[in-house]
Amino acid sequence: MVTESADLPIEPAPPRAAGVLRRALDSDLLYSFRRSPLTVAAALVVLILGGSALLCAWIAPHDPFDLASLSILDSFDPPAWVDGGSWTYPLGTDDQGRDVLSAVLYGMRVSMLVGFSAVGLALVAGVSLGLLAGFVGGWVDTLVMRVCDILLSFPAILIAILIDGVARSVLPHDQQDQIAFSVVVLAVTVLPAVQFARTVRGSTLVERNKEYVQAARVIGVHPVAIAFRHILPNVTGPVLVIATISLAIAIINEATLSFLGLGLPLTQPSLGTLIRVGQNYLFSGEWWMILFPSLALAGLALAVNLLGDWLRDALNPKLR
Amino acid sequence: MALLEIEHLQIEFPTRRGVLRAVDDLSFTIEAGEVLGVVGESGAGKSLTGAAIIGLLEPPGRIAGGTVVFNGRRIDNLSPEELRHIRGKEIGAIFQDPLTSLNPLYTVGRQLTETIRVHLRLDGAAARERALALLREVGIPGAEQRIDHYPHQFSGGMRQRVVIALALAANPRLVIADEPTTALDVSIQAQIIALLKRLCRDHGTAVMLVTHDMGVIAETADRVAVMYAGRVAEIGSVRDVVKSPRHPYTVGLMGAIPTIGGARDRLAQIDGAMPRVGATPKGCAFNPRCGRVFERCRHERPELLPAGATEAACWLYDAAAAPRKEVAHG
Amino acid sequence: MIAFVIRRLGQSIAVMLVVGLIAFSLFAYVGDPISSMVGQDTTMADRAKLRHDLGLDDPFFVQFGRFLLNAAHGNFGISYQYARPVQQLLAERLPATLELSFAAAVIALLVGLPMGVYTGLRPESWLSRIFMTLSLIGVSLPTFLTGILLIWIFAVVLGWLPSFGRGDVVQLGGWTTGFLTLSGLKALILPATTLALFQMTLIMRLVRSEMLEVLRTDYIKFARARGLPNRMVYFGHALKNTLVPVITITGLQIGSIIAFSIITETVFQWPGMGFLIVQAIGFADVPVMACYLVLVAFFFVVINLIVDLLYYAVDPRLRLDRTGTAHGH
Repeated sequence: MVTESADLPIEPAPPRAAGVLRRALDSDLLYSFRRSPLTVAAALVVLILGGSALLCAWIAPHDPFDLASLSILDSFDPPAWVDGGSWTYPLGTDDQGRDVLSAVLYGMRVSMLVGFSAVGLALVAGVSLGLLAGFVGGWVDTLVMRVCDILLSFPAILIAILIDGVARSVLPHDQQDQIAFSVVVLAVTVLPAVQFARTVRGSTLVERNKEYVQAARVIGVHPVAIAFRHILPNVTGPVLVIATISLAIAIINEATLSFLGLGLPLTQPSLGTLIRVGQNYLFSGEWWMILFPSLALAGLALAVNLLGDWLRDALNPKLR
Repeated sequence: MALLEIEHLQIEFPTRRGVLRAVDDLSFTIEAGEVLGVVGESGAGKSLTGAAIIGLLEPPGRIAGGTVVFNGRRIDNLSPEELRHIRGKEIGAIFQDPLTSLNPLYTVGRQLTETIRVHLRLDGAAARERALALLREVGIPGAEQRIDHYPHQFSGGMRQRVVIALALAANPRLVIADEPTTALDVSIQAQIIALLKRLCRDHGTAVMLVTHDMGVIAETADRVAVMYAGRVAEIGSVRDVVKSPRHPYTVGLMGAIPTIGGARDRLAQIDGAMPRVGATPKGCAFNPRCGRVFERCRHERPELLPAGATEAACWLYDAAAAPRKEVAHG
Repeated sequence: MIAFVIRRLGQSIAVMLVVGLIAFSLFAYVGDPISSMVGQDTTMADRAKLRHDLGLDDPFFVQFGRFLLNAAHGNFGISYQYARPVQQLLAERLPATLELSFAAAVIALLVGLPMGVYTGLRPESWLSRIFMTLSLIGVSLPTFLTGILLIWIFAVVLGWLPSFGRGDVVQLGGWTTGFLTLSGLKALILPATTLALFQMTLIMRLVRSEMLEVLRTDYIKFARARGLPNRMVYFGHALKNTLVPVITITGLQIGSIIAFSIITETVFQWPGMGFLIVQAIGFADVPVMACYLVLVAFFFVVINLIVDLLYYAVDPRLRLDRTGTAHGH
């Protein structure tokens, strides 16, 4: 509702850049990134945590799933810098004798895997659905949007819990642990998929009526080509923002499910599962079992959220 | 002493790529009760000047130099609270879009009475009476009912009348009207302009009428200042500027206005475009496009010089230099 | 206006029917209720007879109809886990959840609204920056983590507040309340704060961004140009325009408080409906799950309806709008 005053000065064009890289380095986006130390720190945290999670098979001192290597005598060891601890298990051990550091690294990998899978799946499903709804219009569009509206009016965690619950009831008990991963990913995919669908559908509707799209249709360009070549590029900004923030939400939702006992089991623990186990020992004094997974989870969620926040502000045309 | 005196006003915008000067050494005056038109292309700095006068420049914009003297008192360096007392009571303002100028959640009457009660010490009933009188004065039919209506229940022209009523509610001595008719239908424009003119004449209010529409200026204003690239190019009475413009830019402007009478098969146009802020040429800002440019224009910036019946910022009229031929309007 | 209400009611009923269908499908196709009810020795013939007596071989729609009728009467059958009527179980747990949610909503509003207004009016002050950073943390941390953190600080380290349960409760007719005892109130503090934290930060950020948006509008500029004092501009004009979308979105948030109470109740072992449903899912207790599903859906549908009506009441522009769509945000 703000009238664009025509008298406001327009910024002079940036100097001609030699190549794409120079232009990228000189871009507003990177400028805003460099200006904000918090965002740089967040990006660093994500890189470190993400990197160590990816490389956990190589850098973890132990394999927490190798049952043969576990010794019950080693259980409840505190971290290395506390009396009774040793550097064999730098962050201590849990009730089964598993190394907490290794468990956290593997757990982080699982958490991030779920997050990325969910967002990736949501991206494919949501963007396709949104393009379809926006292009075809009519009752398809109305139906898709109604369903999206209804799904959006429920909190994501509720939908996730219900999907998980139904899956558990339907599947036989002994198979539950193996497909827990898929079930959790599915449960956590619904919300971002719906958000992607809505955004893309909105943009599709806007672009569909523009002359260049109509011209392309007249020439006979296939709708799919129109969708990918013309409409999608206009949507990358908001989609990127939603993707980043959805990643943080997906990680948190998965952790919540696992914490409630409805997510990943102990055979393939995520950070949430580890925290659930750790809570039982909070009062008895083995604080390290819950602290380190919690720090990892909090750090990851916070960092991704910060990045998403910065991205949203940086790409918001109104704030430039 | 003039009602409003602006001297050497400079408005700057610090950006990350340097400081942009949007208004550069601007000077003009407005006498009490007169209508000064301020005309120019988009981006010339007209609206910014209006905003700067009442202290409503949006940050990071700021006044970097010069003075604004109102009623003998300097107002560009006042505190925000002191400026607030002047706004509405001594200087009123009207903006371009009447729909977004009014709060959609409050009735027209409520917005009127609150303005009245802030500036004049009236109680609720007296304020409402005055609001009704104002509505009638601006020509809203059925004022007794419509005073309790919401803005979206009025048409565009009616809304602008309400806005005018709001601006004049406390009887200011000067009204800054920033493109008051641009957002309205052409048929309504004439009505609103006539209303504005009549009201200001009746109340003795001076008007700074900012617009890009020369037709409106010719209808309403007493004097006109032509702005170009943040400076005044020419200033004088409307008749003189329209009939015998001196500055080459003004000549081009007048030539570009289509007339119904007179034989003309092509509209004259000025080649090129007004420079963007921050890219103002050295010397006279118009020199790249001027058909009568000479060497001095490219290096020295001209002040406003007397040129016939008007004043023009153009070296052609430097009496100290060699005399030049008179420019005939044609 | 009437047309709008009727249309929304129709939509709500449609949603409830779909939810009912899903809930019923759970009953019909998940597991075998007969097996859950009888012992292993029961013969096949007896099972078939039982099936017939319970009407389980009737066609789908007959069973669905019966289910709906029962549901309308609040009858959802017997819990597999507790062998008691489901509605009894839920009725027992309802007060706990509602009191917790109410306390959390009050805390979230009382803290979130003023913080949001302040950070909207003075976005550059150091206090605002602190609030914004805290709010980012509040939004990023999962609810259960903040709950555990609060437990650790206030129950383990300081020992001031209890870490689980509801404390002593007083029975008032069908309702049990923890508000009337000191231990009840003490037990309420940590879970209510945990539950409120997420909502509080959400409200604060919402109010702030709305405020910033409103302050850039032309009518605020015009109000200033008319010489209105800051107090009137901010609290007369800006605040009212800010609150219109905020009120409605906050209404929707009440629904998510109910959802997040599942997590909070689990962390604090609060004997409410949320804790019940988590245990029910773990046990595959279908009647409880079905009833919870329908109840929650009903709740959300009602809240959405009320919020839409609120929009209508507050924004005068919508009253003349024949299309009846709510002011989108």
